[in-house]
Amino acid sequence: MHQFFFGTYPYIALSVLLLGSVARYERDPFTWKSSSSQLLRRKQLVIGSSLFHVGVLVIFFGHLIGLLTPIQVFDALGISHGAKQLLAVIAGGIAGVMALTGGGMLLHRRLTDPRIRATSTFADTGILVLLLAQLVLGVLTIFVSLQHLDGHEMTKFMSWAFGIFTFDGQAASYIADVNPLFKLHLFLGLTIFLLFPFTRLVHMLSAPVRYLWRPGYQIVRTKKRGA
Amino acid sequence: MKVRAQIGMVLNLDKCIGCHTCSVTCKNVWTSRDGVEYAWFNNVETKPGIGYPKDWENQKRWNGGWERTRSGGLRPKQGGKWRILANIFANPDLPEIDDFYEPFDFDYDHLKSAPEMEAFPTARPRSKVSGERMEKIEWGPNWEEILGGEFSKRSKDYNFEGIQKDIYGQYENTFMMYLPRLCEHCLNPACAASCPSGAIYKREEDGVVLIDQEKCRGWRMCVSGCPYKKIYYNWSSGKSEKCTLCYPRLESGMPTVCSETCVGRIRYIGVMLYDADKIAEAASVAGEKDLYDAQLGVFLDPNDPKVIEAARAEGVPEDWIESARKSPIWKMAMEWKIAFPLHPEYRTLPMVWYIPPLSPIQNAAAAGQIASQDDMPDVKSLRIPVRYLANMLTAGDEAPVVSALERMLAMRSYMRSKTVDGVVNLGVANRVGLTPHQIDEMYRIMAIANYEDRFVIPTTHREMVEDAYDLRGGCGFTDGNGCSTGTSGGKLFGSRKFVTPAEGWK
Repeated sequence: MHQFFFGTYPYIALSVLLLGSVARYERDPFTWKSSSSQLLRRKQLVIGSSLFHVGVLVIFFGHLIGLLTPIQVFDALGISHGAKQLLAVIAGGIAGVMALTGGGMLLHRRLTDPRIRATSTFADTGILVLLLAQLVLGVLTIFVSLQHLDGHEMTKFMSWAFGIFTFDGQAASYIADVNPLFKLHLFLGLTIFLLFPFTRLVHMLSAPVRYLWRPGYQIVRTKKRGA
Repeated sequence: MKVRAQIGMVLNLDKCIGCHTCSVTCKNVWTSRDGVEYAWFNNVETKPGIGYPKDWENQKRWNGGWERTRSGGLRPKQGGKWRILANIFANPDLPEIDDFYEPFDFDYDHLKSAPEMEAFPTARPRSKVSGERMEKIEWGPNWEEILGGEFSKRSKDYNFEGIQKDIYGQYENTFMMYLPRLCEHCLNPACAASCPSGAIYKREEDGVVLIDQEKCRGWRMCVSGCPYKKIYYNWSSGKSEKCTLCYPRLESGMPTVCSETCVGRIRYIGVMLYDADKIAEAASVAGEKDLYDAQLGVFLDPNDPKVIEAARAEGVPEDWIESARKSPIWKMAMEWKIAFPLHPEYRTLPMVWYIPPLSPIQNAAAAGQIASQDDMPDVKSLRIPVRYLANMLTAGDEAPVVSALERMLAMRSYMRSKTVDGVVNLGVANRVGLTPHQIDEMYRIMAIANYEDRFVIPTTHREMVEDAYDLRGGCGFTDGNGCSTGTSGGKLFGSRKFVTPAEGWK
């Protein structure tokens, strides 16, 4: 069971994430969008959405760097495991509370505002609930982490994540003895990856940073052949 | 010199009767779908009024269009690229649907299905967004029709800038005019500049500004970027939509639906040649009142051999150059100077222009005493204040508007003496700087307004752009994969299946 959820399921989830996103982008580009509902109701969105997105972005990049940077890099930089964990707990905690507050406002708005409720799909509400549950689990793990501040527990997750991406068959065994709260957090995270291509989450893949280096402001399309 | 061709439009407000045929036919063709019930790619506003959406002209509130930076450059008024991206999670300048109006329908079925009651059954309104009962409709697509509502609210109209407006609230002094509005297909579109996805583009061959529906991600910066508020976010599809200038019709040489169906024959469509290299300079001139002249300077004379040669070198087709020579837009905007851009101060170089309306003289009782020559009253005595029109069309510069109104009055006077008295009154023509030949032509195009004089539209040149062999069995206009016959009933990625209006009625 453990081997399936943390040794096999990650590959299923990541494959669906990758292939599903490619398929959707290719086959149904019209559905690729952020699905903003700001036009219908501004209330609660301006603060809620800003808090949520900033929080989630910090958490996302925190996890990305924290989990996938080889542990040797931190050792070489002289950052102790305890210090790294402390940084993760503080930055993650603040961002987590921001995202939870914002997400809570967004969910309240989505469930109680008649306009937003009527125009929400099952996927819209469902994914928001899952993200909030994941945030709650993530913030709860902080209290577990505070029990052992030496950072050793954290290195287990780094080995696991690194193992998954390097096709290490033993990856699941690295986290065999961690607190169930972490396991739940990991499982839900992988499930969100699995559902990603079927929800509005795809909009993060088209975050328009390229706008910054687009030459000038205007775009003119020509139909001339060869142009 | 980089010659480009642009399809432009002129609306002769002097002849608009406010019948809304343009709006209704446009809606039937383009926006009779879920998510855009509230959207009118073409709408007709009664002025003075705050318009649709509310107060759209006031860029201090909405931050649409461009602003000139201290160094003389141009930047979208809502912010440069970094600022736009920073606002992407919540756009502070985005109107809410209530600023347009909450779309509604009525429970008509209740009229026939109601049980026997003491009170007569009524069809009560229901929101098209939430489906809930609306107890009271507070605003609609044309709430201020024919001066509806209190003057205190209507007079918030931005065009009253610098006018002692209180007297116009009095019944004896009131005035009104219609303003049909659609996308301006600007030479310097602020919507395209604001789009972080790069989904909005201007077509090189005819200047039509379009949104690539498959590239749009719904970041909604175009809605706030456009100062005319002519981009509508489809709340159902999550994509922005706008007037297409009916490009499928234009491409086959037909006028847009709004123009074709215009009962008053007020709309003109034609080709303008312009110099794309001059756009940045013209849009960033320092003085707002100089913007109108600056835009005139961007247009190229289609009769100038040098321009023709340059146009050919750029690949502008021969019949487009020929159409530019016959363009009613050129005559009205450049030759007679009676048509003006709407709010040039937004610095977008709009391409839908307006002929200001004449109006009755202010005080009919004193009509006999008003200074007039050749039956031409002083335009200052017209009911619609010249300053009001100037605020709308020339960033407040009254001289060009006065000249246009005088030329229109002169045309009437000249034609009256010519057809009634049989006298050619050269004096009146000279006084407004026109030749009798020009006035005859003005009369033919503006008063008679034959179809072929109003619409001089060259067809597109498919043979230059695509290989027809690849188009065999092609798809019509559908969203997404709608024309594939192999699609299953449900949709994997959660979009609603595209339903054509005809299917919807079944």
